[in-house]
This record gives sequence, C-alpha cells and structure tokens, in this order.
Amino acid sequence: MQRHTQAIWNDDDSEGYEPLLSERNLETVEVDDTDLPDHLTRDSLKLPELSEPELARHYTRLSQMNYGIDSGPYPLGSCTMKYNPKFTEDIASLPSAAVHPDRDEASVQGTLQIYHELQDYLARIGGMDAVTLQPPAGAAGEFAGILIAQAYHEDNGEGEQRSEVIVPTSAHGTNFASAALAGYDVVELPEDDDGRVDLEALSAAAGDSTAALMLTNPNTLGLFERNIEEIATIVHDAGGLMYYDGANLNALLGRARPGDMGFDIMHYNVHKTFATPHGGGGPGAGPVGVSEQLESFLPNPQVRERDGEYELFEPERSIGKVHGAMGNWLVLLKAHAYISRLGGDGLRDASAKAVLNANYLASQIDLKIPFEPFHHEFVASAGDRDAADFAKRMLDYGVHPPTTKWPENVPEALMTEPTEAESKTSLDQLAEAFGAVAADEPSALEDAPKATSAKRIDQTSAAREPQLSWHQLESR
Amino acid sequence: MNGNTTLTTRETTDEKQTGTPFAPQTDEDVAAMLEAIGVSDVDELFDIPDAVRFDESFDIDAGSEQTVVRELTETLERNDAPIEFLGRGHYAHHVPSLVDHISLRSEFITSYTQYQPEITQGFLQVLFEYQSLLVELTGLEIANCSMYDAATALGEAATLADRVRETTGDRILVPDYIRAERRDVLENYVAGADLVVEELPADDGVTTPEILEEAIDDDVVMTYLESPTTDGVLEEHLEEIGEIVSAHDGMFCLGTDPVALALLRSPADVGVDVVVGDASVLGMGPSYGMGLGLFACREAYLRQVPGRLVGASRDDDGNRAFTLTLQTREQHIRRERATSNICTNQAWVALRAAIHAASLGPSGLVSLAKRCHRLAEQTASRLEEIEGVSAPVRDRHHFREFRARVDDANAVATAIEANGFAIHVVDEETVQICVSDRNEHRIDELVDAFTEVVN
Repeated sequence: MQRHTQAIWNDDDSEGYEPLLSERNLETVEVDDTDLPDHLTRDSLKLPELSEPELARHYTRLSQMNYGIDSGPYPLGSCTMKYNPKFTEDIASLPSAAVHPDRDEASVQGTLQIYHELQDYLARIGGMDAVTLQPPAGAAGEFAGILIAQAYHEDNGEGEQRSEVIVPTSAHGTNFASAALAGYDVVELPEDDDGRVDLEALSAAAGDSTAALMLTNPNTLGLFERNIEEIATIVHDAGGLMYYDGANLNALLGRARPGDMGFDIMHYNVHKTFATPHGGGGPGAGPVGVSEQLESFLPNPQVRERDGEYELFEPERSIGKVHGAMGNWLVLLKAHAYISRLGGDGLRDASAKAVLNANYLASQIDLKIPFEPFHHEFVASAGDRDAADFAKRMLDYGVHPPTTKWPENVPEALMTEPTEAESKTSLDQLAEAFGAVAADEPSALEDAPKATSAKRIDQTSAAREPQLSWHQLESR
Repeated sequence: MNGNTTLTTRETTDEKQTGTPFAPQTDEDVAAMLEAIGVSDVDELFDIPDAVRFDESFDIDAGSEQTVVRELTETLERNDAPIEFLGRGHYAHHVPSLVDHISLRSEFITSYTQYQPEITQGFLQVLFEYQSLLVELTGLEIANCSMYDAATALGEAATLADRVRETTGDRILVPDYIRAERRDVLENYVAGADLVVEELPADDGVTTPEILEEAIDDDVVMTYLESPTTDGVLEEHLEEIGEIVSAHDGMFCLGTDPVALALLRSPADVGVDVVVGDASVLGMGPSYGMGLGLFACREAYLRQVPGRLVGASRDDDGNRAFTLTLQTREQHIRRERATSNICTNQAWVALRAAIHAASLGPSGLVSLAKRCHRLAEQTASRLEEIEGVSAPVRDRHHFREFRARVDDANAVATAIEANGFAIHVVDEETVQICVSDRNEHRIDELVDAFTEVVN
C-alpha cells in the first residue's frame, strides 16, 4: 500500500520531538535607552534568539511532521479538503494586492473590481440576489446571516416576538452557537428515520416565534432534503426565514441552487467549495448571499459599480459590521482565481466528480452506511469498533481519517468526504485502509497510531492539567 | 455529465476547457467507477427533485492558468501604488522572506485544523510557540491560537466579560478614539447579550482616571482602552485605570499589538485582564484589513476562553507532544452553550506571525518597537518645523503614528497623493501619518512634499 510516512525528529536528549524554540536559546533583552517614562515601558523581554538557518531547519522539520492535502488523501467529512491550486498563491502574493484598508476607493479600483466580480459570481452560483464578502469564516457568515434575519424581523416589528432559531440535531455545531451569539433560543429539530428533516416536527416547531430555520443541504449525512419545497413553505408560512449553511455546497454546484430551493440567506465556505487552503485552521472566508428583500440589511460596506468605476456604499438598513475591515481579502482573491479558472462548467464538473468519488469509495468499503442516497459525503459506521480508535488506526495506513463520531444518528460515525481531488488509485488506497482497519485486531486499534511522528496523545491529562505555553511547561 | 467528461487541457492557451483541471479521474476511471457503483451516468447519483434542479449555466467562463493569472494581475494593476503612510489600527512591517518560504510549504498551508494531532505535530508546535510568544508579551497566562481580527477579538472579550462576571451589569465602556468599525463589530457581538456600548471621552488623546471615575459604576461589565491608540498615542494611566475597573468588579481589556508590546510595560503588570488586538502586524504585509485576532487573558478565565487552545501532553512513547485541548468549550461539542461560535480561525496567519517574531528575536523585536516610537516622534518634529503644519496634535507619547494639523486636510492629502504618498484624513483640519520600517526610506520625501504642498 502506498502510504505517507512522516518524519520523526526525535533527539534522545530532548524532552519531546523537535525541541521548542525556547529550549534552543532563550535570551533576555533589556529595554532601556528610550525617551519614554519608565512606568510606560517594560524592563526586559525574554524570547528565543536563533539565526535564520537554525529557524529554517526548525520549521522545515516541523512541516515534515504535518499532514496536508499534498501529503495524501484527506477525506474529512463536512470539511471539503480539496486540492488547493498553487497559482492562486502567486496571485495573492502580488505586491499590487498588498493594500491598506483605509486606501481611498479611487486608488484601489482593482481590489474593488475583484470584490464586485466575486460578489456577482457567488450570487449566480447560489441563486442569490446580493452577496457580502465581509464575514471572515463560515461561522462568521452564519452570525452575519442570522443578524440579517434579526434585522429583517425587527424592521417588520417582529423583533421581540421572533426569538427562536430552529436547527436540526445533525447540523454543524456552529449553527447552534451562531444563533445563540445573536441572542436566539435554539430549537432543536429531530430528523426522521430517513435522516432528513421531520416535516411534522418542523410544523410543530415553526410558528410566531420562529426567526429562521438553519439547514444544510445535502445534510451532514450527505442526503438531499427532498422535501425542501415543503420545508420552505412551512417556515415561510410561519413568517420565518430560510438559512442555508453552505458547508456542503460542493455537492450541488451547477445542479441546484439554494436560492431556487427557497432559501433567503446562505453562506459560502470558500475554503471548502472554492479550494482556498485551510491553512491549518484558517483563514477562511464566509461570504453571505441574500434574496432581494434582504439586500438592504447587508453588512457595511458593499461594493457597487458605476460606469466601470467601483465604489463602497452602506446598505440602507445595514446590520453594521462583522469584521473590522473587508474580511479576508487575500482568501477572497484566491477564491476568485479558482472560480475564474474553472468557470461554470468546471464547477459543475467538480461537483460531479466529488459525488462520483464519494459513491465509488463507499462502494469499495465493507462498512454499513445506513443512510442513502448520499452525495459528496457518506457516513459509515465503525460498527462495534470505536470510531475514534478506527481513525487513529487509519493513520497507520498512511491516510488522513474521516471525521468521527458525528453526526450522532449513525453509531460510531465515520463521516467521509473524499472530494473530487482524489484519483481512483487514491480512493482505492483509502478503501484499502478502511478494510485493513476493519480487519485488524481490536488491540491494534486501541494502540494506534504507531507509524506517525507522535504516538497516541493523552487528551485527558492535556485537559486536566493544561500546559498552554512554554512558561507553563517550565513551571510545572 | 458522465464518462465523456474530458480532462481539461493544461495548455497555456485560452482553449475552452470542459471540466475542472483539479480532478484526476480519466474517462476510463470514470467508466470503471460508475460500473462499480452500479449506475450508468453520474446524473443518477444526484437525488434532487426536478422542481429545484438548476438546468441553466452560471455564465462564468473558464480560463487557463496563464489567462487567469494575467487577467487578475491586470485587474490588480488598476490599484495605485503609493507609498503608504497609513495605520490607524492596521499596521505592517517588513516581512522576512523566511516567512513566505516556510508558511507556503504545503504541509502547513494545505492542512486542516489539527483534529488528528498525531500527524499534525508540526503545526501544533508552531501554534504553541505562538501562544507562548503572546504570553511573554502580554504577561497573561493564557493566549489562544487566534480570532479573526482585532475587532472580533474585542467582541469576544466582551462576551467573555459578561459570562465570567458574577454580578449583573449591562454597560461596556470604550474610548472615543476607537475605530468606528471596531465599535460596530463590538455592538453586534454584544447585542445578543443585551449589553450597551458607551464611549469614554479622552483628554488630549489619553484616558485619565478622572474620566473613567466619572463614567464607571458597578453596571460596567468591561472597560476597553487601546495603547497605542488609533491616533498613535500611548495611554499613560493604565495602572490607575486598572485599579478603578477592578474596584467595580469589571474586566479591563486592552487593545494593542505584539510589536508595541515589545517596548511597553506588560499589560498584566498594569492590571489588564484581557489583551486583544491585531497580531498580523507580524507576518503579513498590508492585506486590506485581513487580520489576526490576538486574544490573551488571565488563567482564571481558562474554562471560558473563546477559540482554540494548543496544549502540551504526552504520547504513548512518553514523549512530549501537542494537541488541541479544552475542546469542550467549543461549538462542535458544546453547541449553543459554547464559549464562542468560532471554528475556522486565522491559524496560518498565526504561524506567519510566529515565524516573523522568531526571525526578529527579542533584540529585533525591541529594536523595531523602539524605531516605531522614535520615527513617529522625529517625523512629527520635522513636520512641526514647516510653516502651516502643527504636529503632533496631541502633546503625548507616540508610537508609529501621529496627527498633524493643517489648514485644509483634504487638499493637503490630495496634493501629497499626487507625490505618490497616501496619508489619512481624519477631519477637515487633521491628517494622520504612520511611519515604520516599511516607509522610513521615503520620510525625507514625504517631509519635502508637505513643505511644498502646504506652502
């Protein structure tokens, strides 16, 4: 089996793997010789002092103990870890893209043009009437979207009354947290036995206090909500708005659009659907699209075009701001480059291949997949194995494992999303890893991983006695 | 679309491509995969009701790599390229080449959040080193591995203050010099908790204990100040202010940045409970406001901290190893009771900031910070010598930037711009100028331009 092997930089004399910078050389520098009063300045600063060659080697070693998309398959369900085209980095590195946020509009016409074009591209892709690019991540997009719903209801004199947001049990955790941050009570909506929204439960939950329903489609099981029209009717009849969580948009590009399904608000995860690198946790970007009736509530500012010139403006009833500037500009620029590279047909093809890959991989795996027909991702059950152990053992076979133990309507869930970027060979390798782990002795799973740069890490003591800096490591 | 989808051309022409170039399946692969699945066409795999199917085109053209690079480069060339003397909360310094070369290593940039720590030790260790850097600079025990930017970090600090406070209260105090954008973001973050934001007036750019005493009572959940302020002024009474805030059981939050902190007294020393700010002053050039939310706080708030934390632990071999920890605070586990809704953060920017800080080392950081202070004061003095210019407007200590008074700020800024420089217009009679290692070599010309323009 072809497998990714990580470097292990383990020095017998050192405490761990690659030493911390602080363990190499900490120096204390006196802070004197300033004309500032003493009570304003510090006495000294103690930080690592190392030469560039030493640092280059330190970080290179650390990179060799890290797994990225270019290392091997990365089928994390709901995360859409697709290949990140390199040319987008070159564009984001152009000196002409490096502008200060307070630059006069007239002097950043190129940047504003790119914002305007991307607003337009995303509106077409989502079937929305207007798009803001300001939210710096998906969760920030959810928050912005819910604030827009709130502002809309307030504008209708129903702000107080509509105090609830309905969220399906299997939704992303951010949906619940974003609604709560905006001050809403979250009403949890159970799924029916088919893994989809339970229409009766929705009818019972939706009413005069409903502000919005937040829904992912396909949902986290990869299933398309077939009753989406009825769902939208129930929510709209109750006076609520439909919010689309764009985490799974990679399943639908060019085949269905949230705007056509009755959604009023949606966010896009550009680090998922539009291939911008996730950067080990971020930065992402979470643009938000809205239907025409909500356009005037969008965050401040928006970009518009007049006779080939671009300008900023504040929407009439704007919710204000969700980011200190214009969001994650360099990420948005990469998303624009990706969309421009693929075009409409390429995006549609990306979805086709993503769904093909998920279905092919599933066909090659001998684990129960309780819910079908899935699209870009499927949720397999590890059965009598612990899904977290199953994942750790997959690491030994040189691949990144799926998302585990979620959603909870599949026991010991392995939520798997290979994306369009995996070749058939690579999918076969993944299937082989699934199969090998399923056939392994239970002890092999419990002891895993063995072939990684670090072995199984003790999470319990990490949380019980947190050591969050080299200062705490030294003192404890 | 089925087995006849062809791989795109990888030529450097504009020849029409028919699919994504970033999916490796050949036509033969597709046919074999469809057969294994048991369908004849990819369309059969989509369970979408006809009523909501989209049968049209997005009408977005595809382009070869060369075409897209050329077109976007041309579009970006519509941006003017003045020497920026701009700051007001968004700063940049020279970023060492090492930062780009290391951070663009694909093991780093193409990785996801470290949910499998055994194969992501490298990134985790860098984030641990980033947290440690902030602990050293702030004097506070806990630093998370990033929020989005200074504004959202401030919003998170306010919701933290509301959660940890034992007595009820509903007011947040912020200085009148705060950027409007930051205040707007803060208002959105606290609206759900029914908190109101009120402004504290400053005395010639600085907050005095008297001003705070006037405004504060036990209703104040959090008091926020900045140093350096948006005007480039260093606050002078933080210790007394910390005592007043503490006497009213409030949280004291300070906005600052890691370069300024290399020079300034540690926030923990003057009674600050939470430090926020934009840490992308290290690691990023000007990025149209794409930031790195710095968030550090006292250990007492550990279980209530928003965002991800990296901790040290042991692995099965007994070696030290790193992992995301205290995840029960986070949205994927705690859902609506999470300490924040944040998931994706700015980790890669944090990695860049950590590499930048390590490249400078303590001596480089301190010397950069001293330079930011010295350049601001020196440049202000030089402008003061020009007839018709008064600088700095505030009779205070400055860091990186200062305000200057002129007769007609817009006219001056426009004329300065014609000389190839960008400066801030604050109001009709005030401009603001930010100096640093990035534009230091052009300060003489800026002063000349001022002389010419004002006369």
